[in-house]
Parts: sequence; structure tokens; C-alpha cells
Amino acid sequence: MLLVLSLIVLDLRYKRLETTRSALDMLGAPLYWLADLAPRLRDWSETHIQSRSRALEENERLTRENLVLQGRSQQMAALQAENVRLRGLLNSTAMLRDDVLVAELIGVSPDPVRHQLVLNKGRNDGVFVGQPLIDADGLMGQIVEVSAGTSRALLITDATHSIPVQVNRNGVRAIAEGTGSLGELEVRHVSANTDIETGDLLVTSGLGGRFPGGYPVAVVTAIERDPGRMFARVVARPNAALDRSRHVLLVFAPESTKAAAATGEAAAADSTATAVDP
Amino acid sequence: MLQQEAHAYWVILATFAAAYVLAVLSIPHWLMWARPEWVALALIYWTIALPHRVGIFTGLIAGLLLDSLEGAALGQNALALVLVTLLCLSLYQRLRQFSVLQQAGMVFVLVGINQLVCQWVQNLEGVGSPTLLFLLPAVSSALVWPLVLYTLRALRRHYMVT
Repeated sequence: MLLVLSLIVLDLRYKRLETTRSALDMLGAPLYWLADLAPRLRDWSETHIQSRSRALEENERLTRENLVLQGRSQQMAALQAENVRLRGLLNSTAMLRDDVLVAELIGVSPDPVRHQLVLNKGRNDGVFVGQPLIDADGLMGQIVEVSAGTSRALLITDATHSIPVQVNRNGVRAIAEGTGSLGELEVRHVSANTDIETGDLLVTSGLGGRFPGGYPVAVVTAIERDPGRMFARVVARPNAALDRSRHVLLVFAPESTKAAAATGEAAAADSTATAVDP
Repeated sequence: MLQQEAHAYWVILATFAAAYVLAVLSIPHWLMWARPEWVALALIYWTIALPHRVGIFTGLIAGLLLDSLEGAALGQNALALVLVTLLCLSLYQRLRQFSVLQQAGMVFVLVGINQLVCQWVQNLEGVGSPTLLFLLPAVSSALVWPLVLYTLRALRRHYMVT
């Protein structure tokens, strides 16, 4: 009993059990793999045993989608070049493109109060603690635990997670905290007269140095301005499909990106004072 | 005899493995609150059936593995399961005489205690659930107890686990 109690204290208070945890994770990985077998088989049969017409249809759809995306990326190249020139004019460092690694989901934390995912990439693939995680639509969370072949990610909606964000429209900075309910973030300490509206896109600000800047995080869905309170209550819905994505991207941000984001932030003076560290 | 003992351990380990798989199986998020505590159920059964084999140490190991799977504070489930095993060890003679329904009632209480302890540790960590929903697994565990009991008993008798 005492042993277990001291374990809890050691883990919670002093974070001393990293190696034990990662060893236990390796033991648990096959269990997650087994539990994931059924959906994996379904996916496999869907891709391998589908009719020719459906395959052709999908092929056509993807070709169209690819064309559209390529068209957009052409424009993006021009914009990026322009951005680099403008940044040159402003004497700030150039933004570099982030490298990504595709990882597959092999499990979700069975505990409903913990919003965590288990991924099939680990230390051997270069995954590290604190690494940001995105999907096609937006930021999902960050890696909190790494073992040799698997890793564990904390979602942005977890009650213990917060992330520095910025309103895409005007650059107002804030901190978005998880509420513990999937599909809801709360933007904390936004003073009642701050320019923030329903429908505003929140992107990562890059402050705090953990998340690279510019990734979409959430869309503001509700704002409550109570004159009796100092701060407005701002609720946002995450962009990423937190409970649906099966393939996710781990972002390797080059060091200079962080530096660029930091200097960019410093240049844009803003009246809203917020704490930076999540 | 030796052969049989090796056999027996294999069955117990297999049922625990199955319990873990059921415990981490992805299910819809709204259903998660009602997921029965499969590992606790397996532990309760084996403690009642074979108190000389399965005990506090098993509870400790099982709990630590569950903590790692859940990403919980290391020791949260271990503490809860050790407590449940202790109670089972002191109650097993009475529990064996109970009817299935009475046993289900006891399982409700035991898993309820398990959930309370887990909730307590989670509150220390600051992620506890704000409502009483965390007690729902106690209800669902009691509901699936007859299934667990008959399945594990059939397995135990078939493989002659002693």
C-alpha cells in the first residue's frame, strides 16, 4: 500500500518514472495492437476488397482533388516567395517549411477524462516529448510520452492542456485551454473589450516555443460578455478531427522557425497582455 | 502435476490479456463512461476462485499495467486494485456462497470503491470528473458480472486451473 502511494507521489510530483513508464508502454503496445485489430481488418478489407468501379471512382475523385490542391500550391509558392521578400525587408528571419512524419493511431486512452492517443511511432523514429501533432485540418496536441516503438499524445482538449494562440484576423494573442470535453476549448483571460468575434480562426502563435506558429487550432463558436466579470468567456471548437483522424502528422520544426516566429511576434506590438508559458 | 500448473498460469494470463484488450478497445466516446472495469472483474473472479494464487501482488502488477495503458498516474489503478484485492481476500469465503445476483451486488460495491480511489488520485492530478458519471462503470460491471463469472468458471473447470 505504502509502495503504491509513494509511486503515485513520485510520478505526479517529481516525474521520476519516465523509464519505468516507457518500459511498461512497451509491454502494453501489443495489447493496443490487438485491440486495434478489428478496425484495422475493416480498413484493410475496404481497400483490398472493393469493386473496380468504386476504385475507379475514388481514383478519379483523388485526381481531381490533387489537381485542385496543386493549383493552390502554385499560388502558395508565389506567396511564400513574397513572404520571404517581405520578411527580408522587415529584417526578420525567413520562415522554413516544417518536416512531418506520418503516424498511425493505434489506440485511444480508455479513460474518458484523459484525452490521449497512442501512436505507432516512437523514439526509434525520432519522436520526442513535446513534439506537436497535427492532422489535415489543424493542430491536435503534443507528445507527452515516448517509448521505443510507440508514443502517447495529449490532445488540446485535455483538461490539463493549454496552448498559446492568436486570432488569425488581427493577431490578438490568448491562451486556449482544454475543457475535458472533446470538441471544446476555452480561451482564457480575454478582457471584455478585446476584438474577438464568433467565427474567428485561432492559430498557433508560436510563443512558448513548443508549437510552431501558424497552424489552425480552433474556431470561436461562442462569446459571453458579462459586464460583471473582468474577462469574456470565449468557447472555441477545435479544427482537427480529434476523435476521427486515424492518420496524424508529427511535426519536426526546424529551430529557426521558432526563432522566426518569436521575432515576428515581438515586432507586432499588441496591447493584450497574456502569460506565454502553457 | 507440473505440467498442469504451467497450464493453469497460462489460462489466468490469457484471461487477463483479454480483459486488457477489452479495456482499451476503442468504443464511441459517449460509451466510454460506461465501460465495465474488465481488469478489476477478472481480478475479482480469480481472487475469489483462487485466493492462494492470485492476490495483492497480482493486483499491484495488473494495476500498474493498466495505469500505463490508460496513461494515468503510475499507481492510480494499482492502489485501487490492491484495495479491491484486499477486500476480496477477506470476503472470498462469504462471496463464494452468494448467489450470482448477490455477487453482482458485491461487485457493484467493489468496483465502486475502485472508481472512488481512481477518482481521488485523478483529483490530486487535477483531471477528475466533475460529475458522478465516474461511478457508471460500477453499474455496468455489476451488469456484466454474470457473464464474466460463467465464462471464467467454465474456463477454469475446463482447464482444471487450481
